[in-house]
Amino acid sequence: MNKFTTLTSIATPLDRANVDTDAIIPKQFLKSIKRSGFGVNLFDEWRYLDHGEVGMDNSKRPLNKEFILNNPKYKGAKILLARENFGCGSSREHAPWALEDYGFRAIIAPSFADIFYNNCFKNGILPIVQDNSIMDALFAFNGEIGIDLDAQTVTANNETYTFKVDAERKRRLMNGLDDIGLTLQYQDDIKTFEKTYFKQYSWL
Amino acid sequence: MAQTLYDKLISAHIVREEETTSLIYIDRQLIHEVTSPQAFEGLQLAGRKPWRIEASFAVPDHNVPTTERSSGVSGIEDPISKLQIETLDKNCADFGITEIEMNDIRQGIVHVVGPEQGATLPGMSIVCGDSHTSTHGALGALAFGIGTSEVEHVLATGCLWQSKSKNLNIEVTGILNENVSAKDIALYIIGQIGTAGGTGFAIEFTGDTIQNLSIEGRMTLCNMAIEAGARVGIVAVDAKTIDYVQGRPLAPTGTEWDKAVNYWQTLHSDEGAFFDKTLCFNAEDIKPQVTWGTSPEMVVAIDEYIPNPNNAKNAVEKTSWENALNYTQLTADTKISDIQIDKVFIGSCTNARIEDLRIAATVLKDQHIADNIKLALIVPGSGLIKKQAEVEGLDKIFTQAGFEWREAGCSMCLAMNADKLEVGERCASTSNRNFEGRQGQGSFTHLVSPYTAAKSAIAGRFC
Repeated sequence: MNKFTTLTSIATPLDRANVDTDAIIPKQFLKSIKRSGFGVNLFDEWRYLDHGEVGMDNSKRPLNKEFILNNPKYKGAKILLARENFGCGSSREHAPWALEDYGFRAIIAPSFADIFYNNCFKNGILPIVQDNSIMDALFAFNGEIGIDLDAQTVTANNETYTFKVDAERKRRLMNGLDDIGLTLQYQDDIKTFEKTYFKQYSWL
Repeated sequence: MAQTLYDKLISAHIVREEETTSLIYIDRQLIHEVTSPQAFEGLQLAGRKPWRIEASFAVPDHNVPTTERSSGVSGIEDPISKLQIETLDKNCADFGITEIEMNDIRQGIVHVVGPEQGATLPGMSIVCGDSHTSTHGALGALAFGIGTSEVEHVLATGCLWQSKSKNLNIEVTGILNENVSAKDIALYIIGQIGTAGGTGFAIEFTGDTIQNLSIEGRMTLCNMAIEAGARVGIVAVDAKTIDYVQGRPLAPTGTEWDKAVNYWQTLHSDEGAFFDKTLCFNAEDIKPQVTWGTSPEMVVAIDEYIPNPNNAKNAVEKTSWENALNYTQLTADTKISDIQIDKVFIGSCTNARIEDLRIAATVLKDQHIADNIKLALIVPGSGLIKKQAEVEGLDKIFTQAGFEWREAGCSMCLAMNADKLEVGERCASTSNRNFEGRQGQGSFTHLVSPYTAAKSAIAGRFC
């Protein structure tokens, strides 16, 4: 997993509430058995005017110029600004895979759906929760935004806002740690647990 | 100390506690073809083996065709769907994981098959790379959806790191109105609390209305907990739960059964247990529900009108309503029962159990779908439900009414297989999500109960 320490970038403002993971990456792209290559189909139904399918040459597809991702002003943005309940719906990790593959490393929103929020941390993406009033300020500001995970701050327009993040998630994200490797350090604890557990719940 | 059911279930599974997170032991991992291939690949690349093979139980459901299947997986027309199912078959064979394959009569939607086979038992911790895993909470299990990285983590370690959710008690009391079912309760609650109303919470559904629901009805309700933002929806174990589990192929027997039942009977919130929040609803207030927009919270009763964005509570909601009306090509203040539909879908992990089919059959007996209905589909939740329905003669009622009677799978709930809506088509659907494009790009989904879907099929409009 990619480490996350600091990030400075312009931000793409996606001014919609309840953006679901079906919108982030439509189901036809979930048929892939790979983990990469989803970025070109990020927000596919909003981003292109035609119907997207796996295996199309996306560079030849007609773009929806109205959609914010297609605004040249936000080309190369690594931060996504969003509204309430971002990432709701399906648990598909293809959603953070698509966001990461496209180039987003941080998402700032007033709230996130639980499963999506969790999935972000597994893929080197930092989801940041900020109050609606701060979100309004960030949406209104068009310049570069700075994020410092260690300091837990977002800086924009000469203002610095703090944010909360679980200490363990922060540690793993800052060091790009492999969750499974870490858990396997506790395999003796797991084996000890199993002994007592299966004695008590012997029908399992 | 008095504990909630959720607290009890978590406590029973804690392997190790850290400051803000705990390592939780997982009893059962359900696997389907869409969210598992990358997890198996990760495991192989790291040279790791599954921690406990018996914990896993797999079934293909999202991509399977619901039409003719006599040529097996090799007969699936879409090569990418076919590859995904072949990959599941291969991964399960390679790792020695129990899989119910596509042409097995027990095959079906993972959240229907798990409880049906007794792979879901009360008190278990259950995960699956699918948000509707909350369904299994209806049996007093701790069940929630996870992403693919966590699927790999559970395969490799048998455990998962979890931060505890807060406890939300949703109490529903009173007698349900006629023709109102668990689906209407779920949609009504989501309409009241919003799709983020349960975010960060585990919901326990309590009250006499919930106790009076069948296990199938409780599964429908817990299934929709995620549409209210909660990963976990649970109902306490009672005599109905134990009756439902008894005799299932993977349920314990003999003295182990007695021992299990003794434990399961403790799976309820203690008197005086602390809930971070309690919300009470009156069953008599709930009428048949129909969604009108692109989020399950955009819902009204069958005798109501599409709301006007001018009456939205804030600017964000106003924009959401305007976007939704723009997408669904509907006008504010339209009576919901004046909206004509093109297709009807009865199925999905929400509403494809035998009870759902029986309700639909009661409505459809000696009736016929309206002329404007281009396609009406009934997709049972499993091959065994299909067989049961056929024993009861329900299939005849459906086909005589003009419905197509299909093989089990997720089908048009998310349209990953060939069952999808065309651009501009409007569907009365018993599934769980009405997001833009969910059932096919440019199509419109209205979530309803099986009763309302069947009635609306006959009327050709919401009814």
